[in-house]
Amino acid sequence: MLNKETLCQYYGKFTVYRDKVLALGNDSLEKTIAIALSLCLVCAVFVAFAAVALKPLQVNNKELDMKKNILDVAGLLEQGSNIDAAFAEKIEAKVVDLESGEYVDSVNAADYDQRKAAKDPAQNVAIPKEKDIAHIRIKAKYAKVFLVKEKGAIKSIILPINGYGLWSTLYGFLSLDPDGQTVQSINFYDQAETPGLGGEVVNPNWRALWKGKKVYAETDQPSLEKGLITEADVGEPALTLIKGVVDNSKPGSQYQVDGLAGATLTSTGVSNLIRYWMSKEGFAPYLSKVRTVKRGVS
Amino acid sequence: MSAILNDETKKVLVEPLVSNNPITLQVLGICSALAVTSQMSTSLIMALALTLVTAFSSAAISAIRNHIPSSIRIIVQMTIIASLVIVVDQILKAFAYDVSKQLSVFVGLIITNCIVMGRAEGYAMKNPPLESFMDGIGNGLGYSLILVIVAFFRELFGSGKLLGNEIFQLTKDGGWYDPNGLMLLPPSAFFIIGLIIWSVRQWKPEQAEKVEFKIMAIAHGEGGHH
Repeated sequence: MLNKETLCQYYGKFTVYRDKVLALGNDSLEKTIAIALSLCLVCAVFVAFAAVALKPLQVNNKELDMKKNILDVAGLLEQGSNIDAAFAEKIEAKVVDLESGEYVDSVNAADYDQRKAAKDPAQNVAIPKEKDIAHIRIKAKYAKVFLVKEKGAIKSIILPINGYGLWSTLYGFLSLDPDGQTVQSINFYDQAETPGLGGEVVNPNWRALWKGKKVYAETDQPSLEKGLITEADVGEPALTLIKGVVDNSKPGSQYQVDGLAGATLTSTGVSNLIRYWMSKEGFAPYLSKVRTVKRGVS
Repeated sequence: MSAILNDETKKVLVEPLVSNNPITLQVLGICSALAVTSQMSTSLIMALALTLVTAFSSAAISAIRNHIPSSIRIIVQMTIIASLVIVVDQILKAFAYDVSKQLSVFVGLIITNCIVMGRAEGYAMKNPPLESFMDGIGNGLGYSLILVIVAFFRELFGSGKLLGNEIFQLTKDGGWYDPNGLMLLPPSAFFIIGLIIWSVRQWKPEQAEKVEFKIMAIAHGEGGHH
């Protein structure tokens, strides 16, 4: 056992060795190795201490940032309010099997991290190249979606989306009306596009243009009599960014959003990731099950 | 104060600001000066991070300078610098999350910033810790000064803002100023740094390098045949 006495002994030996090494010539082999090893040890302890000590704060920051973005896309973010409390009160997280569109109850939604799962070979799937229009290569089998409910009825469906822009993979949320068709809002919480050009995906003015846009092409005019939208009623995702400014008087403008000026590649990336995540590869199966609102009523 | 700030410390603290500025005279650390200067807030944090890393790494290296084996001295310097940079990155992620998100990889790239290495190798290896620390602060401030000047022009003319506050109202928000997109791209920092170097050397002509070679005038008629 290490008692005080043996520790003192070891320390005594250490000081003797330390003095011996420090007295050696700087270029002797022994001193070179001793200095290298002790420097690595000191630096490693220093770095490890900082990383471990600050970890809880960093995790907290990340979670808070995510919650802030989800509240923001749901239009529930109020300046100065407590984000944690607002999130817990208003937002419900659910885990969805992307292929079947069913909720997965065996996974705890609060702990599930979709971005982590996308990197875990046990929980991800490779996307075939011809279908990978968003250029993300792999995706998690299960997605974590967020619902805003009012008196038991869904008010918004918030879907995680990601895809490649010009420099970076953009991560964000798209929030839809309960009809799974009308856009409420979009935001990107993690991106590294050119500030001022592609980086304008975070600009509130541009994001406001998305409100009321339709995701899927409707084959005919929506009518009250048609009842619930079934999967068969929903066409391919049609929502896309165009070059320049959308003329709202033209037919089809409900599927178009202004492209970002000077950022053609980022705009194309955003179009692609919307098309991918709204397709059958993404959330289309889920949306067909969760739609609760009659067509034409919203 | 005068006891602490002797002539040497004053010299290493003040000289790098203009007369021996790491960016304009030594032309070091240009890469990050291009990358992070599109906004004032990111530049200020970057400047602070670099200043602290330079100062503390110089002090640490100087403290053990008499025992660094010359065969591994660059690696020893790099190890110390890299450790400090990782710690700074962790601190930013914990206490300034939004800024660290914007700076992304550039904090990590302080490791390869020539100024930090240059001061370690050029000054801290030969001078005592306190002076080396001050030298690091001085050079960090010299870098900061240029960074902030460049960021001032880029943010003002590129997005009409300063530190995120609107200065010029943009046409897209119904104002009069049409932002210059070039200012948001890295090349504009090259132009601004070039202009700064030019004006500093106009002001202090001794900074201009001697011409290493002269382009000879070719007599008329020669060299025109292919």
